[in-house]
Amino acid sequence: MAKIRGAVTVNTERCKGCNLCVVACPCDVLALMQKEVNDRGYHFAYMANPDKCIGCQSCALVCPDACIEVYRVVEK
Amino acid sequence: MENNDIIKLENRVYKRPALLNEAHMHYCPGCSHGVVHKLVAEVIEELGLQERAIGVSPVGCAVFAYNYIDIDWLEAAHGRATAMATATKRLMPDKLVFTYQGDGDFAAIGTCESIHSCNRGESIAIIFINNAIYGMTGGQMAPTTLLGQKTATCPYGRCADLNGYPLSITPLLAQLDGTRYVTRQSVHTPANVRKTKAAIKKAFLNSMEGKGTSVVEVVSTCNTGWKLTPEKANKWMEENMFAKYPLGDLKDVDAKNE
Ligand SMILES: Cc1ncc(C[n+]2csc(CCOP(=O)(O)OP(=O)(O)O)c2C)c(N)n1
Ligand code: SF4
Ligand code: SF4
Ligand code: SF4
Ligand SMILES: [Mg+2]
Repeated sequence: MAKIRGAVTVNTERCKGCNLCVVACPCDVLALMQKEVNDRGYHFAYMANPDKCIGCQSCALVCPDACIEVYRVVEK
Repeated sequence: MENNDIIKLENRVYKRPALLNEAHMHYCPGCSHGVVHKLVAEVIEELGLQERAIGVSPVGCAVFAYNYIDIDWLEAAHGRATAMATATKRLMPDKLVFTYQGDGDFAAIGTCESIHSCNRGESIAIIFINNAIYGMTGGQMAPTTLLGQKTATCPYGRCADLNGYPLSITPLLAQLDGTRYVTRQSVHTPANVRKTKAAIKKAFLNSMEGKGTSVVEVVSTCNTGWKLTPEKANKWMEENMFAKYPLGDLKDVDAKNE
């Protein structure tokens, strides 16, 4: 059966660590960095569970700073 | 399949709109303004109106909107955005003219201009960000502040005897003959973001087609002014704001004709 795989990129310098993408993701893919911060001092978002991403764009849609781009493929 | 195999240009299904320039937005983390800016940029790009769009920015947190979306902008005196938009659209009827205003700007100091522009049926689009507070100046009570809601100027909660009732202005505007499309949306979930984008698109097309005034109210959060995390602010909005400001279309003249 074809399987949908997704991935996102986060512009870590633009990210303000608001956590809204983390909450919006239906697959528990994203998390905020626990310790590391960007130049502005924000704990930025990253793919903590990359294998679970389905490329649904929920995270990108709610991101107020347009940091997230989404990629999607159908694995044969 | 590894992430690197997926992250390729041909697989990209969501990209940052090109009309959002490189400037970092000054908004607080999680602020609704950022999401709506992104939608405005996406819609203008999709309609191919980059060269024909003129925005009018307000006084309020969105005062610097012109720094972020790469189109022509005017900056209006507090509350007067629809008056400037009126003049702009009348002088240049082939342009997409829209205002972007907060509740303090649109529904307090600008009430007169707001109502009369809609009543005259100016072919402008109004994006009205209702976060029930004066965000920019530090979280004072707005006309839209809910009963019981605490702000810097009603620290014990808004009380009708002293402060009057919250103003739901959009239904008033829907009653006016000049309005073509009046809707109330939000941007707190992916589905709502999509709906708001469709509403902005309709409003912008109405402006281009000279059909009269369109109002897109976006019930929004000001997590800083509300003193909540962005996530809790969304929850608070769902539980409190939507009762007074229910989402949905209030008027769509074209839907009736269909
Ligand atoms: C003539 C005038 N009166 C008052 C102010 C102070 N002031 C600046 S922004 C603002 C209200 C902003 O609230 P809103 O329009 O709701 O925008 P928000 O920041 O919440 O997005 C006020 C009263 C001003 N700049 N000019
Ligand atoms: S695209 Fe969907 S599944 Fe992937 S991280 Fe974003 S919200 Fe989660
Ligand atoms: S929604 Fe955007 S700004 Fe907020 S944490 Fe996620 S990537 Fe960062
Ligand atoms: S004060 Fe409120 S409206 Fe202004 S940027 Fe911060 S969260 Fe947004
Ligand atoms: Mg406001």
